[in-house]
Amino acid sequence: MTIRCLLWALGLVTSLAWAESPTAVVDFTRGPVPIPDSTRPPLLRNAVNDDARRPRNYDWQPPTIPHRVDGYQVDKNFNKCLDCHARAKTDFSQAIPVSATHYIDRSGKVLDHVSTRRYFCMQCHVAQDPVQPLVGNSFRNAAALNPKVTGTSQAKK
Amino acid sequence: MIERIRRYWTIIRRPSVHFSLGALTLGGFIGGIVFWGAFNTAMEFTNTETFCTGCHEMGDNVFVELKSTIHYTNRSGVRAMCSNCHVPHEWTVKIARKMQASKEVWAKIFGTVNTQEKFRAHRLELARHEWARFKANDSLECRNCHNYEYMDFTRQSVRAQNMHSTYLANKEKTCIDCHKGIAHRLPYIPPGEAPSDTPGQVVPSEDSRVLAPSTVSVATDAAR
Repeated sequence: MTIRCLLWALGLVTSLAWAESPTAVVDFTRGPVPIPDSTRPPLLRNAVNDDARRPRNYDWQPPTIPHRVDGYQVDKNFNKCLDCHARAKTDFSQAIPVSATHYIDRSGKVLDHVSTRRYFCMQCHVAQDPVQPLVGNSFRNAAALNPKVTGTSQAKK
Repeated sequence: MIERIRRYWTIIRRPSVHFSLGALTLGGFIGGIVFWGAFNTAMEFTNTETFCTGCHEMGDNVFVELKSTIHYTNRSGVRAMCSNCHVPHEWTVKIARKMQASKEVWAKIFGTVNTQEKFRAHRLELARHEWARFKANDSLECRNCHNYEYMDFTRQSVRAQNMHSTYLANKEKTCIDCHKGIAHRLPYIPPGEAPSDTPGQVVPSEDSRVLAPSTVSVATDAAR
């Protein structure tokens, strides 16, 4: 008898939990919209195109792209990024040259062209949209936390 | 049968013996209008998107690539069709291009690029033809819409301002020199022929950008 009572109570609790779950879950990327409903996606905007270099947030962060890259062709025939950023082209284009590390293949051999493992630029480097982050972030890089390590210039900001 | 042909031949050879001069003039006039109208209508039909993409060589290769580009899909709904860029607008040049295109009919009949592999193999050659054509007519088909005189440089990115206020302004370069592969995917391009491989070209420094307005005015004065 007591077991049956317990089962009933358990069933009641779980059913209540099920009934509440659609509204109780708060996902910041969807906002207050219940899970069964579809959200209204934010408007698509143009990527930042100001050509101003943004500082890195942490050491070894791939620098972000400060211009629009819509429709850039990067495939086995042609790499639109390297058309300006390849080291041989920067004399003409005045673009930031691709890092020398990108010319080294995985066995440490230095090549005269970009290594295949570095070929798809936008796997790491991305253009930026002028939007507010959906989720808050209190990340601070190591230099900002410990000014003695890398000097005080970054810590003052 | 031979008798009938002979009779028609005598009429055609000396029509003024059989018909009045007025009827011949009027007939010739009306016939001319009908012929001219039909000729131009037929030629305009070959400029339509349905005609261009009617064959799978165009529809499956280049047209598919065009669809995602800014010239086909954009916010304002202005669309550049195949013929806007690939056929000259002026009549005489258009006829010359249409006559050249008879070679494309030949290629269609004999299936020169009737598979994707064959198309890719010929792609660089075909692209070079178009690049050469644009280079020769100073990118006329671009300029039919993108007029240098109407450009608002303040609405352009700094990079674009730099380039347009110097190389485009002093006519050293034309649109196609830098803007290759904007409506279709590029084939493999041998070293030295890529869009940025324009010999002797160096991006202007900050100093020369200050001087840019004078080069612009010189260029526009020369144009007048």
